Amino acid sequence: MADRVIYAMYDDDDVLKDSAKKLVAEGVHISDVFSPFPIHGIDPIIGVKHTRLGIVAFMFGLLGMTLAVVGFKFFMIVDWPMNIGGKPNFTLLQNFPAFVPITFELTVLFAAHGMAITYLIRNKTLPGMPADNPYPSTTDDRFVMEIRLSENSKFSGTELQAKIKETDIIEIEEKDYVVVK
Amino acid sequence: MHKESAIREPLILGHKTYHDITEDVCRSIEGKAPKAWYVLFGIALLLGLYGVGCILYLLGTGIGTWGLNKTVQWAWDITNFVWWVGIGHAGTLISAVLLLFRQKWRMAINRAAEAMTIFAVFMAGLFPLIHMGRLWVGYWVMPIPNQFGSLWVNFNSPLLWDVFAISTYLSVGFVFWYIGLIPDFATIRDRAKSPVSKKMYSILSFGWSGRAKHWNRFEIVSLVLAGLATPLVFSVHSIVSFDFATSVIPGWHTTIFPPYFVAGAVFSGFAMVQTIMLIVRKGLKLEAYLHTKHIEYMNIVIMVTGSIVGVAYLTELFISWYSGVEYESYAFINRATGSYWWAYAAMMTCNVVSPQLMWFKKLRTSLLFTFFISIVVNIGMWFERFVIIVTSLHEDYLPSSWSMFYPTWTDIGIYIGTIGLFFVFYLAFARYFPVLPIAELKTILKSSGESYKNDTAPKRPKQPVSPKKTVVSVVEEVTVDVEKNVITEEVHIVAEEKIEISHEEKQSRISSLMEKLGTVDPSKKDDLKLVSGVGPKLEGVLNDIGIFTFEQVSKMTKSEYDLLDSITGSFPGRAERDNWAEQAKTLMNK
Repeated sequence: MADRVIYAMYDDDDVLKDSAKKLVAEGVHISDVFSPFPIHGIDPIIGVKHTRLGIVAFMFGLLGMTLAVVGFKFFMIVDWPMNIGGKPNFTLLQNFPAFVPITFELTVLFAAHGMAITYLIRNKTLPGMPADNPYPSTTDDRFVMEIRLSENSKFSGTELQAKIKETDIIEIEEKDYVVVK
Repeated sequence: MHKESAIREPLILGHKTYHDITEDVCRSIEGKAPKAWYVLFGIALLLGLYGVGCILYLLGTGIGTWGLNKTVQWAWDITNFVWWVGIGHAGTLISAVLLLFRQKWRMAINRAAEAMTIFAVFMAGLFPLIHMGRLWVGYWVMPIPNQFGSLWVNFNSPLLWDVFAISTYLSVGFVFWYIGLIPDFATIRDRAKSPVSKKMYSILSFGWSGRAKHWNRFEIVSLVLAGLATPLVFSVHSIVSFDFATSVIPGWHTTIFPPYFVAGAVFSGFAMVQTIMLIVRKGLKLEAYLHTKHIEYMNIVIMVTGSIVGVAYLTELFISWYSGVEYESYAFINRATGSYWWAYAAMMTCNVVSPQLMWFKKLRTSLLFTFFISIVVNIGMWFERFVIIVTSLHEDYLPSSWSMFYPTWTDIGIYIGTIGLFFVFYLAFARYFPVLPIAELKTILKSSGESYKNDTAPKRPKQPVSPKKTVVSVVEEVTVDVEKNVITEEVHIVAEEKIEISHEEKQSRISSLMEKLGTVDPSKKDDLKLVSGVGPKLEGVLNDIGIFTFEQVSKMTKSEYDLLDSITGSFPGRAERDNWAEQAKTLMNK
């Protein structure tokens, strides 16, 4: 059986948050929330885990730094030591002060781009990807809860609708769940 | 919700709703561009093309077409380079440093300032590239295995640090800017009417849908990028200053350069932001979001960084005397009293004296004065770089080779051309991109919007007391909007009554409602979803009854609302609460 989904539309972020709190307390599982801007405090309510992208950035930063240091060792010390104003060209450590700026730049370059690319891939937001917000107004001033029936097996569709209707919604719609991407 | 202190001035003036923010920012993108835009764009394009012509002439003929000579080997090219990089400092500073400090006023200017940064750094990058003389081998600055036995680039040289710093800054700045733009492009995409713009903005928006998890990641990515960009901003201009400071030229060889260059960069960057934003806010009618308080904040930054620059100038003078190095002393005496005294005087007046005027509240809150000073500062900062570069070089250790620098028309043409190109990009940005961060502004609306701060915003009714489940069955699958406190007793009765109403009764009510509102041809249909409180579902219900246009909705009064409620049975009191008729009237006039 195809999965069904209920979309409940609100016109205020705080109202949605309060409603979500109420529904979750009643045992409803809210699959997702679509909103035109980040609703602060919604994540713990609907069970969205904290992102690990910060760790990703750190690891990419380390990679950039390592590449820079290995590169300096190879380019400037091993492969072709250059005598520039008598600066020490035989040891990485003594020559390192001159390499600090680029080490820093490469760390930032890798951390920023690595994280940004991971972010886009994990979000499935890449050039040419289709959008999957249920209503166009969710990028303007509407806030929509997505409640999938398969994730709420203890309630029937009607029961769920009745529960949702107790909150301050504007619209509610039940339809087949379609995975766009 | 985050609360702002009541004494803090509001950042968004008047009463705005979330939808108003979308409307205000998208208006200029969706509407027709004014004539002034075409005129400015035309002028900028002509200047830009002239600049491109000069660059091509230079590449074909050689660097000799510049006014450089054996003594003054660096002049306008590097002056322009440092000037543009300096301007490119405000954007990332505003978005990164002010984000880390949680300064919400940055949201009025960050998008536009970041765009300015990217375009300015792009212009800056042109100069060293052209200066290489052979643009087509520009990739030689990268450590790429080559035919010279893999002769690597010199990583000890500040000029190479510059290559890495500027390109990292440009690309990270671009990523930071674009990640913030994605949700706003999605907003424009979902509003776009013509298929072409819909297609364009769906590609630009990368399929953004605004899921909770995505916003969660968005916030962390913005924060981490800000954390990375903050030291990056400081490093970039420090490294630019190393180009001079690590040399042994008197007047360049000073340890004060990195902090002094960074302060100068922020100073000139904010001045350029002022110049541009004062025009943009007026042209795009964004005064509610970028008002006098924002201008004042920026003027204070200009005043502080201008004072740092002033102190640095004086410190430099003092140290040149205190050092006891005669060459060092001569470089500074020559700067102030030699043949380039006028450039030094211009620099001192524009950069040291003019920002001090910002101590007067009257002056720093005057938009006209701010605009004037911002231009003055831009000129002053150009002269600062000219003074540092040319006056230190033109009278070197060997008096027989002393000379002056005179710009040629190619020098001037390329400089003017980069200003033209910059504005070509900027005007295109202001026309097709959201100049304010739509999503971010919505997050501060409730904490910093004027009507929310002084409690004049329309109040939402309290949460429903008891749900009315009885209403469900009348029209299938239609939302049940539960009672609000505002609903009168009368409505309650009507709503409950309706359960018994027969099909005929309903038909007669519909016809009496339609009599009052007038029937129209469904083909003249308006987008009723634009009325706040009407979604796609309710629009369908209204269309079934025969309501298609704003004109019909605008005729509704209390009795029609009640009649409508009794027919649909699903939205008691909603239409009245949201005042559909009033909304429809405004929509009709659009």
